[in-house]
Formats: sequence, structure tokens, C-alpha cells
Amino acid sequence: MSILERSISAEAPLLSVNGLTRFYGSRVGCQNVAFDLYPGEVMGIVGESGSGKSTLLSCLAGHLETDAGQVVYNGQDVLTLPEPARRRLMRTDWAFVHQHARDGLRMNVSAGGNVGERLMAGGARHYGNIRKTAEDWLERVEIDPGRIDDRPSAFSGGMQQRLQIARGLVTGPKLVLMDEPTGGLDVSVQARLLDLLRGLVRRMGLSVVIVTHDIGVVRLLADRLMVMRHGQVVEHGLTDRVLDDPQHAYTQLLVNSVLPT
Amino acid sequence: MSDYNFAYLDEPTKKMIRRAILKGLAVPGYQVPFASREMPMPYGWGTGGVQVTAACLTPEDTLKVIDQGADDTTNAVSIRSFFAKVAGVATTTRTGEASVIQTRHRIPETPLRSDQILVYQVPIPEPLRFLEPRETETRRMHALEEYGLMHIKLYEDIARHGAIATAYAYPALVNGRHVFDPSPIPRFDNPRLESPAIQLFGAGREQRIYALPPFTRVQSLDFDDHPFEASKADGACALCGATHTYLDEIVADDQGTRRFQCSDTDYCMERRA
Repeated sequence: MSILERSISAEAPLLSVNGLTRFYGSRVGCQNVAFDLYPGEVMGIVGESGSGKSTLLSCLAGHLETDAGQVVYNGQDVLTLPEPARRRLMRTDWAFVHQHARDGLRMNVSAGGNVGERLMAGGARHYGNIRKTAEDWLERVEIDPGRIDDRPSAFSGGMQQRLQIARGLVTGPKLVLMDEPTGGLDVSVQARLLDLLRGLVRRMGLSVVIVTHDIGVVRLLADRLMVMRHGQVVEHGLTDRVLDDPQHAYTQLLVNSVLPT
Repeated sequence: MSDYNFAYLDEPTKKMIRRAILKGLAVPGYQVPFASREMPMPYGWGTGGVQVTAACLTPEDTLKVIDQGADDTTNAVSIRSFFAKVAGVATTTRTGEASVIQTRHRIPETPLRSDQILVYQVPIPEPLRFLEPRETETRRMHALEEYGLMHIKLYEDIARHGAIATAYAYPALVNGRHVFDPSPIPRFDNPRLESPAIQLFGAGREQRIYALPPFTRVQSLDFDDHPFEASKADGACALCGATHTYLDEIVADDQGTRRFQCSDTDYCMERRA
């Protein structure tokens, strides 16, 4: 056990997943997935297309029904929470970052309205304060606050993605679930986004589950890494260990498939 | 008259609508689905209101129909003559004399009494519709009291216009529970929704009925630093001189001269009599 692993396991896990299983008819979506996520930790999930990583994330977020297993957060199984409580959790303590920003944004509402939505849903009723918070957050995700009244459709892909992140983080969540946040962005925009994410994660002490097929992204962001294939977790460990000394044949293949830069 | 059942609709249909009305009264502001019938007029002409009126009418009733406050517009005249024909009820243009008032887009200026029923024609009953197009989702939001979205609309108004620019169909919270769309009445009328009369809302195309029992609490949504304001045009009625009524702005000649006039024609006429 490394120093890092020991130091974080001293605390109670923020999120504890046990035996999470989801079938699509007779096909396996993901099967018997278990992991603990500690406060301030970033967990990467990698695997090829169809390996069940997005299924797993959707099950965690409650977008998909789960067939078996538990997702324990703050001592409560999120999957058995009544719907009002679960939805409240999703818009306060949790945030979800979609691969396509337009899935996570309201495209016909201004940037400020998008960032303010979670605040207003939480009962904020002071326009001036909401707007100030929105301006502050636009600045933190490196969007010019002067564009607060522009609609996301007038933004570039990278800006939309940063706006989506601001919209999720404005309530100060503890856990962020990200589904391929850098997918579909060009390399320089990706680098900037990753830089921003890394900064936010460190400053806010966020716990993150990040799903990606990009090994470079997890190497930069993730503390720990889970490798999935055919709906199963095939390897699991500290990111550098898994990537530099892959044990499972599939992980070896995955690591070797990365194009040299 | 003998060719039609009383008030056009057949009795089982009226019973079905009355059940929806009672449920609506029991849960103020909740949109009760009902099996809206084809009516002999196009959607948008008040088919929902007509069905609710038909289900409420008794032979002893006196009916008044207004459209934007006026008794003499096409919509009001045709619905009034429709019920005179198929129900044979007395009709009136005087608010005080009516027992059932069907209205499009206004609440009469004359204060209503507890023995009166006000029936609204509603085009779109769902206040969240333009923000969330999915009906399944809006129903869930009502069920879970997730009304944060409603404030986004007001936020957008202030961001774009500097003030809440929603001048009609202004969303309000009913009885501390359901956010509802008071049909496209001007927001000037919102404070007057708290009334001794029974208020029923019928949306024919959307197949929804909702209701406000007498004296139900209706709070118009707003922000702490941008409070709700029951606004009206700043002027006086050119006919009766009233400054406290809701005014229509009318272009009077080819030079673009404008003048104001009470939107409630009956009230204006009574003041002049």
C-alpha cells in the first residue's frame, strides 16, 4: 500500500459502490462493479467503447435503473432514496458533466441563467446576488463575464463545456460525475479544459468520477484508475501504477495502443 | 333548443367535467386532465372555457361572456349567443347581474361575489411549458415542487429588459403548493385572483381543468430585489376618466394619436351612466 493510498483510506469514503449491476435484456451493461471514492479523490474509468463505463456512470447518477447493487453516499443508499430526496441531492451535492454540453445546458437560456438555475432551484430569490455569483463563476471558468447575457448557442464548444462545468459547480457540490468531458474538443481546447478542471478539483477539494477513453486525460487528472471491459472491472489501482505497470492483458493492450506523442 | 341537450354537452360528459372541476377545487392550482370534447368552434376560441361553462350552467343562471374585458367582440358575442341558443339561459353584459361569467384574458373590474363563478379560457395551462417541453418532466416537477425553473424565466426577463417584462400570464404560487398559469390575464389582475368567487380554468386543446376556490392564497412569483408589481398603462380612460382600471391603448387616427380606454367595457359604461 502506497503512502497516498494509506493517507486517504484513513477517512471514511465519500462514495461507496457495491456490486453494481445493470443488464440490457440478457446483455451485460456493467456487472458487479465495486469501488470506494474518498473525499478529494479523482477516480478515472477507462475502457473501450461498449465496455460499460458510461452505463456505470449513468447508474451512479440515477439516469438509468440499476438491477442490483448499492451506491452509498453519506451513509445512505442513493438508489433507494425517494425521488424528491434523490433529485435534491443531484442538484446540490452532486453534479454531472455531460459529454455534449448541449445535453447539460439550457440552450435557450442565457449563460447567467444557466449558472443561476441550481441556485434558484435551491431557493435563491435575490436577483443581484444570483447574477453576481454567476459572473464570479464565469470568470472562474475563464469565460468573459461580459458575455453573461449571451446564449450558450453563441459559445464555442470549449466555452459551452466550461459553462456546463460552472453550472454544475455553482452550488459547491462534493461529488462530480463526468462523462468524457473533453470528447469532441480539439487538442488545444482539451488541454485548457483539463488545466481548468485540475485547478478546480484541487481548489474545491472535489471528488470526481471521470469516464473517458483518453489515457492522457486520466494520467493528468486521476488519482486512481479503473479499467473496464465487457462490463467488468479488469484492473484497478493508482493511475501511475496501472499505466506504467499494467497487469491485465487488456490493460496492456490499452496502454500500448496510445499513440506516441 | 329541443335538438340539443341542455347546454349542448350530453349529461355523462358534463358529469365527467364536473368531477374534474371538483378535483381541481380540492387541489387548488393542480391541472386535472379531462377528456375534452370537440366543440362547434375552433381551438383557441375558448373550447375549454365553453365546456366548463356548459358543465356549470343551470337553467336559472344568467351568463356574461367577455373577451379582453369587452362584451361586444366576436368571441364574446358568439359564445353568448351559443349558450342563449343551446341552453336558453338569460344573458347579460352587467357583471353584477351575472351568476356565471366566462372570460378571456381579464377579470371584471367590478368586485365579484361569492355567488358568482368566473370561467377562464386557457390556451396553455402549463406555466413551465416554454422552459421544459416534456410533459412527463413538467408533471414530475409539479409533483416534486421543483419550481426553480420558473424563476429562470423571470431572471431572463430582468437580464434582458432590466425588469420583469412578463406582462400577462404571470406565474403565481397557489395555496403555497402549485405554480400555475392564470391564463393570459394582465399581471394587473394577478392580485385580484384572491376573490370570493369560484374561479375555474378550462383548456380545451390541452385537456386540462384547474381551479381556485374562494379566497385561495395566490402569490405572484418574484425576486427579493425585483418585487412583483401589478402594472398598468400610466393614463386615464378617455371615456370615463378612470385611473384605477386596466387600460387599453388605442390608436385613434392616421396621425398616430393614442388614447386610453377601460378594457372592461361594462365597468366603463356603468361609470358613465
